[in-house]
Amino acid sequence: MNVGRVAGNLVSTVKDPGLEGHRILLVRPLNGREKPFWALDAVGAGAGEVVLYCRQREASYAFHPDFVPCDACVVGIVDELDEVLP
Amino acid sequence: MKLARVVGTVVATQKFPKYEGLKFLQVQPLDLEKQPRGLPFTAIDMVDAGEGDDVLVCLEGQSAVDAVGLGENPVDAVIMGVVDAVQFVPPRRDNPWTRG
Amino acid sequence: MRLGRVVGTVVSTRKDPKLVGLKLLVVGTVSPELVADGGYEVTVDTVQAGFGDLVILCTGSSARMTERTKDAPVDATIVGIVDTVNLD
Repeated sequence: MNVGRVAGNLVSTVKDPGLEGHRILLVRPLNGREKPFWALDAVGAGAGEVVLYCRQREASYAFHPDFVPCDACVVGIVDELDEVLP
Repeated sequence: MKLARVVGTVVATQKFPKYEGLKFLQVQPLDLEKQPRGLPFTAIDMVDAGEGDDVLVCLEGQSAVDAVGLGENPVDAVIMGVVDAVQFVPPRRDNPWTRG
Repeated sequence: MRLGRVVGTVVSTRKDPKLVGLKLLVVGTVSPELVADGGYEVTVDTVQAGFGDLVILCTGSSARMTERTKDAPVDATIVGIVDTVNLD
């Protein structure tokens, strides 16, 4: 898990039924080392917000017991971060 | 899954007991131009590939374990298929995957 | 998840029995700005994507979490076709 900033979103009509009803957000990790990636939103995050994300298979557990093909997921909206943001 | 070329075989007499009977090949990952890309690694061969063959390698742990089909087994790369051709759309006149 | 563009297909006769019947597409991965980044992935298509389509890729063990790829030995799946991308 790590923190990143929501930098965009995408619209997809034809998709796996598991993705139905979920928003897909572009997340730019704040550490500057990881590349930006697309993640499913589990908490209702919006543009520009600093969020907590989780990657790999465990990301799909955010939607348990739904069967969701997702390898990255936004699991929290950060209120305060005790670290200097770039 | 990634495309790779078989560049050698790996023989190990003393190995993890569940590996008994499995064939290990050394593969070099390729890019879409059929050029080497990245470092070679070892994969378990499930399709009887031979040296020089272009193959499809699955690089995900659980999928690899299931493909080998011997229950829990420390496996992270498996050769899943021998590539006959890669067809590009629109077709490329210089398709590196269809030449000799 | 990453985005990519469908650029071709893989033809393989000798393959794992569990891959038989799955459509294998070659997807060139792209950056968030939709510029090709030089990478690619051989994927299983679950949404009837066509050539040139911009698609959503799911990689790793989550690639097996669709009805079509359940228990199939795959590590990359196309799970959606992108209509539009909005960058802030």
